[in-house]
Amino acid sequence: MGPLVPLQNISNELNLLIAFVIGLGFGIALEQAGFSSSRKLAGMFYGYDATVLKVFFTAAMTAMLGLIFLNFVGLIDLDIVYVNEYYVYSAIVGGIIMGAGFIIGGFCPGTSFTAAAIGKIDAMWFILGSMIGIFIFGETFVFWKDLYMSGYQGAIKISDVIGIRDGYFALLLILVATLMFWVAEMAEKKFKREDITKEI
Amino acid sequence: MKEKLRQPKPYMNPYLAGILLGLVLLASFYLTGRGLGASGATRSVVIGAVTSITPEHAESSGYFSKYLGDNQMKTWLVLEIAGVIIGGFLSGAWAGRLKIRVEHSPGISKRKRIYMASLGGLLFGFGSQLGRGCTSGAALTGMSVMSMAGFVTMMAIFGTAFVLAYFFRKNWI
Repeated sequence: MGPLVPLQNISNELNLLIAFVIGLGFGIALEQAGFSSSRKLAGMFYGYDATVLKVFFTAAMTAMLGLIFLNFVGLIDLDIVYVNEYYVYSAIVGGIIMGAGFIIGGFCPGTSFTAAAIGKIDAMWFILGSMIGIFIFGETFVFWKDLYMSGYQGAIKISDVIGIRDGYFALLLILVATLMFWVAEMAEKKFKREDITKEI
Repeated sequence: MKEKLRQPKPYMNPYLAGILLGLVLLASFYLTGRGLGASGATRSVVIGAVTSITPEHAESSGYFSKYLGDNQMKTWLVLEIAGVIIGGFLSGAWAGRLKIRVEHSPGISKRKRIYMASLGGLLFGFGSQLGRGCTSGAALTGMSVMSMAGFVTMMAIFGTAFVLAYFFRKNWI
């Protein structure tokens, strides 16, 4: 029965080895998807390359369905799987600031690490910038503390908010994602920029 | 012929890459009960640096002090990101994509790209602390466990980037 680390008395050293191996897979998947190129990532927002949407939603659905399946066959206890806590205002404002960082910088933290790993100097600056951003947040936390803590809703699930069972929500997400993939494929044809895509 | 051999291998089919990423994420849930992350590792490095320079300051900080106690260089996410860097490097080496360079649109200079990358990183770093995680830990992982926080953060990130895309188009297209 999983998750193994919290339930099976796994040593800290083995847990850290697991972290490293998971990271290897994470890095390979991101790099293979093309997320080590900021121009490919930014293509999402101009329509010439919708890889971000395709990879992101396929990954979320794969993991979501996998969790439902593992739970169904009794291989994982979902009560122990961490569900992110929802603080309404910090999630929205934090997300808006990150969105601005994404379109200006062309990376998110995970992708900047794979890009730096293959030699992208702009990604190394992005990482340095994010360290400074985190430092500034920590140093000025007193100003943001109220916003950071406000609107606490607990570790709530979207399926509970809508009021449907998890399985139905997963089905709904698959339908929505399929529609988005179809739109994405059309957008890539409509906003085609071969001058850019052949370089990335 | 030789020229052709030097061409990097094409990227993986995006849907296949998504399934691969989803399986890695699922393995993380099954093994540890938690998903993936990235900005948390950067925070550990920042806290580690602050602690080694002025330990008293880190302890009196209302935010960093929450994370003190562990060896910051041996947290789960730092080890995971070490794997990401090596995994990314191996993948890039296999595909023939290793190259030291500044990647930028022909419309902007290298210098401008570096300024923008640094500014974007700064905003992303700041926002990831306020939003309790970045695209990996809050949006992708959060969505997979159907957390409301994950969906809201995802929509805020991508929605904002779409809205602002017009104003920054010269940097990209």
